Amino acid sequence: MTETADGHTGAGPGPGAGGPGTATTPPGGTPLPGARSEPEPHGLGASVLPTDSYAKAQGTFPYAADLWAEGLLWAAVHRSPHPHARILAIDTEEAAKMPGVRAVITHEDVPGDSAHGRKIADQPAFARDMVRYYGEPIAAVAADHPDTARLAAAAIAVEYEVLEPVTDPEKSFEAEPLHPDGNLLRHIPLRYGDPEATGDVVVEGLYRIGRQDPAPIGAEAALAVPRPDGGVEIYTASTDPHTDRDLAAACFGLPAEQVKIVVTGVPGAMGDREDAALQVPLGLLAMRTGCPVKIALNREESFLGHAHRHPTLLRYRHHADSEGKLVKVEAQILLDGGAYADTSSDALAAAVSFACGPYVVPHAVIDGWVVRTNNPPSGHVRGEGAMQVCAAYEGQLDKLAERLGLDPVEVRMRNVMATGDLLPTGQTVTCPAPVAELLEAVHEAPLPPLPKDAPEEDWLLPGGPEGAGDPAAVRRGVGYALGMVHMLGAEGTDEVSTATVKVNGPVATVMCAAVESGQGFDTLARQIVQDVLGVDEVHVASVDTDQPPSGASGRGRHTWVSGGAVERAAKMVRTQLLQPLAAKFGMSTELLTIADGKITSYDGVLSTTVAEALEGKELWATAQCRPHPTEPLDEWGQGDAFVGLAFAAVRAVVDVDIELGSVRVVEVALAQDVGAVLNPRQLRARLEAGVTQGIGTALTEHLRVAKGVVRHADFTAYALPTALDTPDIRVVKLVEERDVVAPFGAKAASSAPVVVTPAAVAGAVRAATGRPVNRMPIRPQAACSTGAAANG
Amino acid sequence: MLPTTLDEAVSALLAQPAAVPVAGGTDLMADVNSGQLRPAALVGLGRISEIRGWSYQDGYAVLGAGLTHARMGRPDFAALIPALAAAARAAGPPQIRNAGTLGGNIVSASPTGDALPVLAALEATLSIAGPEGSRRELPVSHLLAGMDMLRPSEVVGYVKVPLLHAPQTFLKATSRTGPSRALASVAVVLDPMRRGVRCAVGAVAPMPLRPLEAEQWIASLIDWDGERSLAPEALSAFGEYVAMACIPDPMPEEGADGTPGAVPQLPPAALHLRRTVATLARRGLGRALA
Repeated sequence: MTETADGHTGAGPGPGAGGPGTATTPPGGTPLPGARSEPEPHGLGASVLPTDSYAKAQGTFPYAADLWAEGLLWAAVHRSPHPHARILAIDTEEAAKMPGVRAVITHEDVPGDSAHGRKIADQPAFARDMVRYYGEPIAAVAADHPDTARLAAAAIAVEYEVLEPVTDPEKSFEAEPLHPDGNLLRHIPLRYGDPEATGDVVVEGLYRIGRQDPAPIGAEAALAVPRPDGGVEIYTASTDPHTDRDLAAACFGLPAEQVKIVVTGVPGAMGDREDAALQVPLGLLAMRTGCPVKIALNREESFLGHAHRHPTLLRYRHHADSEGKLVKVEAQILLDGGAYADTSSDALAAAVSFACGPYVVPHAVIDGWVVRTNNPPSGHVRGEGAMQVCAAYEGQLDKLAERLGLDPVEVRMRNVMATGDLLPTGQTVTCPAPVAELLEAVHEAPLPPLPKDAPEEDWLLPGGPEGAGDPAAVRRGVGYALGMVHMLGAEGTDEVSTATVKVNGPVATVMCAAVESGQGFDTLARQIVQDVLGVDEVHVASVDTDQPPSGASGRGRHTWVSGGAVERAAKMVRTQLLQPLAAKFGMSTELLTIADGKITSYDGVLSTTVAEALEGKELWATAQCRPHPTEPLDEWGQGDAFVGLAFAAVRAVVDVDIELGSVRVVEVALAQDVGAVLNPRQLRARLEAGVTQGIGTALTEHLRVAKGVVRHADFTAYALPTALDTPDIRVVKLVEERDVVAPFGAKAASSAPVVVTPAAVAGAVRAATGRPVNRMPIRPQAACSTGAAANG
Repeated sequence: MLPTTLDEAVSALLAQPAAVPVAGGTDLMADVNSGQLRPAALVGLGRISEIRGWSYQDGYAVLGAGLTHARMGRPDFAALIPALAAAARAAGPPQIRNAGTLGGNIVSASPTGDALPVLAALEATLSIAGPEGSRRELPVSHLLAGMDMLRPSEVVGYVKVPLLHAPQTFLKATSRTGPSRALASVAVVLDPMRRGVRCAVGAVAPMPLRPLEAEQWIASLIDWDGERSLAPEALSAFGEYVAMACIPDPMPEEGADGTPGAVPQLPPAALHLRRTVATLARRGLGRALA
């Protein structure tokens, strides 16, 4: 199935040899199943295990939903049942009178700023005169029992004048403004090269991308505890604690120092989780009642409350010469931003900048808009912007190949970008861009066997085991896609992270406000310190906003910026440690090496241990990492907006039952530009997760909305990929060409497969059915290719 | 309350009319947990051992309403009623199949309940336990169609299905390869004794639909004493017939003078559903006759 069956991908000792039965007792005292007697892998490049994986696997890890405090109250939120309405009156009297209810708050009770937002403060903490999306918070209740709180929230009576919702982003331009700031959140008219250029061959397409939900496995939850100084502490799974604190403090009317966000474990984060929209009501209730207040959203509220992937409409026209070389790309890209700005402008910048994909395109005319609607909120979901355009430009290249009678791989090979080429934003790609190598790797990988070569009982047809699938109606298709994502914030965002490293005896501690959201930062930080200081036991302190900020999790930020800060701090500690020794022996610190807790000199004269060298002292160092600055896109979409780019190539093999339109992805072959492999096991897990999410985007994941009202906000209707839907994921190549400006040369790995996989699946369904497949998720009726289907 | 016999369950419900009976709880508890339902009390049916197995009675199997999907999916049950076993195996992930019961599937009467088209095709009869030991029989289709309802304090005790000793199929179309709700499902049952084909289509309407004319037509084409096989064209025609019966064209728009006008076109999603039903019915009958 994969390169090694046990999920262990090479480097590091102890490949799965010690299973259950060779359990040892680790320093902690409790015997861990599967713990090995061999030394644990350590340092960069080894498959170091996260310290919390057993607790998480066994369900003993406390997430925010498990927290408890003495005298705890429960909060519930009253949400709008209309996507667009004017609020005429809010009557909280009934709710406040209910026994057990301790506080009911509305917009009137927000002492500070009445609105918040990551880029523009346009989102009210509580709706005041208007509601702009289904599920928008209007009031919140604290009560002594969760059921009481919910009943009280339901008892709040709101009088509405229901307005016609604007749900079609195309109509938003002309519609009455939904917000005082207007309906157009951003327009980028990118002009690059000669807008009048034309090619011999022109292909056009219209593409639609649905509304993916980040669907975190753990729904949002938080606990707010009032502080004696009049402030509040919020315990939650924030992925961007400092921004959230600043937004919340502004709404509370408090200085930032009086608000503290303590990050608990993060139960899944593909996008933003508990943001200010949840923290503000909760913090206000805690300060109002003087008691700890907890909220735990149910699945429906989770679907309504957090931001989704921007549904997108894309119109493309590719011009190429008769050889298939691209001449010009024209595109119109329309993102549905939902009711509030959030991070929509970032998504649009990515969509416009990467609208041509990792291809050399001499001329480009691209217009991107993101507009307000009364649909559910859109925001950061990994690969935002880049994913939607990838589905479209790869669809265009498939069309171009068909028009020219070329192999889809050949057409791509003739146009791929390399280091030194220009993006349509005018930015030169200075980082490694091994796009051709990636494409070649997935192209050359052996194809999976056809079902007919396997015994019939082993077939897994579209429709599942014992399903309706009929071998006679199953067609196989192979699709290719290339794509790119940017790392870190774009367009002049100040990216900075601060880390502190402390060594005391044989133990080192890392303090950094980078949130471990599953991307593996904690493990990476341990590996870095193990490498630099030769100390095996490294602890990573938990994150709160009393530490200096490190930015949001996502976009590979922490591997780059926070990892860089940890490395610098560790190196500073190393210098402090070695300086006295080096001075004593009259050599520079570079001639000394630290490994396995021992310090040795190049000539072997000096040999001591780290613990001895410390002489009982505790060494501390704090360092920052700030990558080179970027600039905003100008009025024509030009500018060096990105710090770094990562590329991936995917080949998807699908089986389609062409009568029922059911699709099963048989295999995904992935080649990715990762810069450097820092932890093979974690990398592989991230790649598999990304591919799986991409399969969901391609086939099933779409939050249904009817006239702005979310339908069926549950996991029965919102179909995530199951184990049976997830194919064999074959990582055929990891190109390790170090990006010289990135710490360790490593690139972000998680989001590229999310961006590229859906396009490859669509290409494969196209190849299997001959249908255009221009909508995601791919509906069964779009994957039927019988005579009757052509009429439908 | 955890009664151990059907009559105790009925008495418990009589004593507390606001109580709700619960077996596997796979539908009920989801509603309770999401706050949509707040039963004053629950009467658990899980301890009633008499309804967790089955018995035989003059050519019929009398299935306990407490049979779980997991139990019905096993080979010994599949040898008796293959279509019901197939539906039970398709009814969600193992956690659901281990808890969810036949009776619960009937009483929930979800349009996508997988056992329902099979029971409709089998023309199953329910045995319902009422106060003072009373039992009444009710065709499953009457309950599903709302022609007859469960009365207060009544509990579905048994489901009586004929043992046909002939191939049966249950096929469902889903949106993903893993377990999921049916977009459409078709059960096909052969009844060689009565020389009949019975078919029911699930998930396209609030209750399973029986295309009776299509059944009679195709049964008349089958050589019941011979090989029982049909030409592919006949199978396709059967599929189309079933699909047209279950998802008919809309009524023609009436013209100004009362003459029928053009037939409005169904939306693409409905046409796709019709094609799906046709394909499932064709494949289902084809597999039953193979």
